[in-house]
Amino acid sequence: MKEELIISGRNLPHIDPHLSLWHWPISLYLFLGGLAAGILFFAALVTLFRKEEKYLGAVKYATIIPPIALSVGLLALLYDLTHLWYAWRLYMVIRIESPMSWGAWTLLLVTPISFLWMISYFKEYFPNWKWQQGVWNYASIAIDFINKYKRVMAWILVPSTIILGIYTGILLSAFNARPLWNNSILGPLFLTSGLSTGAAAIIVLSKSHDERRMFSMIDLVLIGIELFLITHMLMGMLAGSQVQLEASELLLGGEFTVAFWVFVIILGLAFPAVLEIFELIGYKVPAVIPALLVLLGGMIFRFIMVDAGQITRYLY
Amino acid sequence: MRYAMAIDTLKCVGCSDCVVACQTENNVPIGYCRDWITETVDGTYPQLEIELRSERCNHCETAPCVRCCPTGASQIVDGGIVIVEHDECIGCGACIESCPYEARYTHPEGYVDKCTFCLHRVKEGLQPACVAACPTKCMYFGDIDDPNSEISHMLKTRKQKTLAPEAGTNPHIFYLI
Repeated sequence: MKEELIISGRNLPHIDPHLSLWHWPISLYLFLGGLAAGILFFAALVTLFRKEEKYLGAVKYATIIPPIALSVGLLALLYDLTHLWYAWRLYMVIRIESPMSWGAWTLLLVTPISFLWMISYFKEYFPNWKWQQGVWNYASIAIDFINKYKRVMAWILVPSTIILGIYTGILLSAFNARPLWNNSILGPLFLTSGLSTGAAAIIVLSKSHDERRMFSMIDLVLIGIELFLITHMLMGMLAGSQVQLEASELLLGGEFTVAFWVFVIILGLAFPAVLEIFELIGYKVPAVIPALLVLLGGMIFRFIMVDAGQITRYLY
Repeated sequence: MRYAMAIDTLKCVGCSDCVVACQTENNVPIGYCRDWITETVDGTYPQLEIELRSERCNHCETAPCVRCCPTGASQIVDGGIVIVEHDECIGCGACIESCPYEARYTHPEGYVDKCTFCLHRVKEGLQPACVAACPTKCMYFGDIDDPNSEISHMLKTRKQKTLAPEAGTNPHIFYLI
């Protein structure tokens, strides 16, 4: 029986007694990246199906969020880099094996498109602006030019937002030293959660009843998939080796149990799903309430996974 | 050529000379260390067994830190030694998260730092500082591809283990038990 384990002469900052290197900037970024990916995915899909008029909230109003979310997320990431002035090194190489390299390049593609998408609606956001006068005339021409390539942007966005959404999970699952993260469900799970928060954001900003109903239905399906994936993730861990059993223990009785079950599972997934079902069968429920709960639950989920994952490790 | 280290846990007394030698040789900042001593006590009183280990980066053959690094700063150089190229490191922490041995840390100057097997000394034909300083001569460093090296001989004749081999890293620090 192993009685005691003493590590002497070591007290490394953010590593001992347990790893706590990645803090809120990473969690926040993972949430904002997933949210932006979700919104842009739906906006692109609506555009490709030529349903822009019907789902104006998805293509026009909610797409104000992605450029802001990605900018804040990227600033959080840069804030987290300890050797910041060498950040350009990310774009000197494509490393197929490193999810972070994939993410850096995907962001380089998605972020500018998210800005172009928002700019393409500037004339509709500000219809009374002097678009015909002086320098604004050139801006107007540029906006018209962007609008011509809307479908091209949509075609690029569909695969790239899926990569962005799934990468936020794979970034963590690629670390085999952290048993809680190291499962292949985490990528699809974070993608689903990102799409779900994206749908929720569209519900919050939509002005049409039909659109809110449509995205409530989509969100409901996504919540179902998410609960299914979470169940499978925990089942996989419970059927795993000792390190995985100890990892699942954090969510099933350990330190993060209350936060996970109350804020993620119940308030972030189950309760909004029930409210959305009530709404769809005809009861009057303000659609904004389940949507805001989904957004909050999605964010707390990222914080829990980042914090809890770093505690889990191999024992020897 | 494949450098590795064998550490005799039966001869190690846990004096921490290797830790201090490394800190001095490599100008490791105060409060940080590239190697450390782990002491495990097995059994129940009065049948107790102590194992002392001098631990450091395992210079893994399938190094997760090298795989996860987004810039290629973490790399394997000749002889299988895992190093961090400071000028390519952005300080993202991916390698620290990926290491099952928690052998890496963020240097106060921003880049990630770790044991290099004293590459600068090895190039000159010297032993790593920890090996050279060990008062009980419990550490053996050398080329395991050379069947006549001292470390090859030790690994052939002694019972041994590596740390967390189940992590799939193929570590190259061997503990003689």
